[in-house]
Amino acid sequence: MDAIRIEQLQKSFKSGWPGRPPIPVLKGLTLSVEQGEIYGFLGPNGSGKTTTLKILLGLMKPGGGRVELLGRPAGDVEVRRRVGFLPESPYFYDYLTAEEFLSFYGHLAGLARGVIKERADHLLELVGLTHARARELRKFSKGMLQRVGLAQALIHDPELVILDEPMSGLDPLGRKQVRDLILKLRDQGKTVFFSTHIIPDVEMICDRVGVVMDGRLQAAGRVEELVQNGHAHTVEVVCEGIKGEDVPAIAKVATRLLQRGRQCLVVLPKPDLVDEVVTALKAQGGTLVSVTPQKGSLEELFVQPSNNQER
Amino acid sequence: MWCIAVIAQNTFRESLRDKILYNLLFFAVLLIGASVLLAELSIMEQAKIITDMGLAAINLVGVLIAIFVGIGLVTKEIERRTVYTIMARPISRAQFLLGKYLGLVLTLLVNIGVMFAVFLITLWITGTPIHFSLFQAVALIVVELMLVTAVALFFSTFSSATLSAMMTIGVYVIGHLTTDLKGIAQKGENEALSAIMTGIYYLCPNLEYLNIKGQAARGVSVALSYQMLATVYGMLYAALLVTAACVIFQRRDF
Repeated sequence: MDAIRIEQLQKSFKSGWPGRPPIPVLKGLTLSVEQGEIYGFLGPNGSGKTTTLKILLGLMKPGGGRVELLGRPAGDVEVRRRVGFLPESPYFYDYLTAEEFLSFYGHLAGLARGVIKERADHLLELVGLTHARARELRKFSKGMLQRVGLAQALIHDPELVILDEPMSGLDPLGRKQVRDLILKLRDQGKTVFFSTHIIPDVEMICDRVGVVMDGRLQAAGRVEELVQNGHAHTVEVVCEGIKGEDVPAIAKVATRLLQRGRQCLVVLPKPDLVDEVVTALKAQGGTLVSVTPQKGSLEELFVQPSNNQER
Repeated sequence: MWCIAVIAQNTFRESLRDKILYNLLFFAVLLIGASVLLAELSIMEQAKIITDMGLAAINLVGVLIAIFVGIGLVTKEIERRTVYTIMARPISRAQFLLGKYLGLVLTLLVNIGVMFAVFLITLWITGTPIHFSLFQAVALIVVELMLVTAVALFFSTFSSATLSAMMTIGVYVIGHLTTDLKGIAQKGENEALSAIMTGIYYLCPNLEYLNIKGQAARGVSVALSYQMLATVYGMLYAALLVTAACVIFQRRDF
């Protein structure tokens, strides 16, 4: 059984003017998330990520298609006992203290008082907010709110955790903490499905990725596979004792040349060209310092279709 | 059921931590206190002035809380997006709405209780007789406030806070004038106008049924059967509105 199964999901929003046709946001989105994996739901702003998440959680009704969470229809209230959710830029009841806040969500999930206390203590420690447990949320910084929001999503120990842009607005340390927490959840056997437009976060922690563009799934699979498919690796060659521009054999094949004092950085579009460059280098009396193959990045996958769309 | 209680408790806690509520309460206490001064200056029956003003203050502050907190019950949750994390829990939309409604009713009960206590103390200090009719009047004020809260909740499930406030105030004012509207409808020569007035008469709750403050101030009790009937009328109307609010809220996208 998949943790999430979405088939041909459609959703349109009413246009602001009467008589105008509705604006389609999701145009037959299909994806599935296996249990126990971290799935990154990647896409530019306005591509339909948040709408998909809202439909998953029953905040919006689908216009068409099928959506299942842990084998149950998305509208099923009971399945939400097994699901935790953190919305984008969360706003919470700011008159509550962190402790009261977690207790409120624990009670909503039907947990007993003793269990809530135990879970809240554990989670506040996990997200590094034990010191602020008695502080009202209105006095929290954005990063602290994000972390207490994560704790809220986990208070009932859910099997599936859905996070909408969990790293947005966080400083590098905050982002690392959230990344570590997501990895920890995976280690505990939980499924994490999170939307983001921050590519390095996805590359670092996701088992699989789905790229959504214009309401459809553009690509899906393991990060390495996506990066390799159709994207040749570049290679960076660093050499010493020559000027790259002065060696025609090198200048001809390099996509980029950068001279730093005695050292020259040569960027090659594909690995096959390395031999050619090394031969030319030796012929000129230069020395090879390093050859570093550059991994392709999701960014290319992300940017290319976006550009196509703009055209 | 449990979820409804959790939401209601949190709504109650929210209002307790809202400073506006304390300001309104202070305003009510001030009005009740001022009634004593006004009675001193008046040549009319002093006891009637104190009870009249006291009951009016309780009613006014109650209505202000019912309307202005009532319209925010849902709209604030949506605007602040707090509804996202709650609806993602194992709780139905109807349970959420019912919890919000009952939370505000609880707030109103506590507030009315405090104001009524201050009112009774004032009567006792000034030596004004405390009639059973006062308790009857306050009980029907509570029913009226439950109904007004339901009206505010109903409007706020499909319109903005400002529009909801305007419409709820409109229903409140018309609700106290429905008998006059019926009179206009019967006497009016314009058929369209008569039809509109009759429509409004049947559509809007007749809040005058729940208003026995005038009699109560004179120490005249109403029959218990009337009290019961008026209470059932108000409660049924409120239940109808809350049910309609749930149906509308069920269809909403967030």
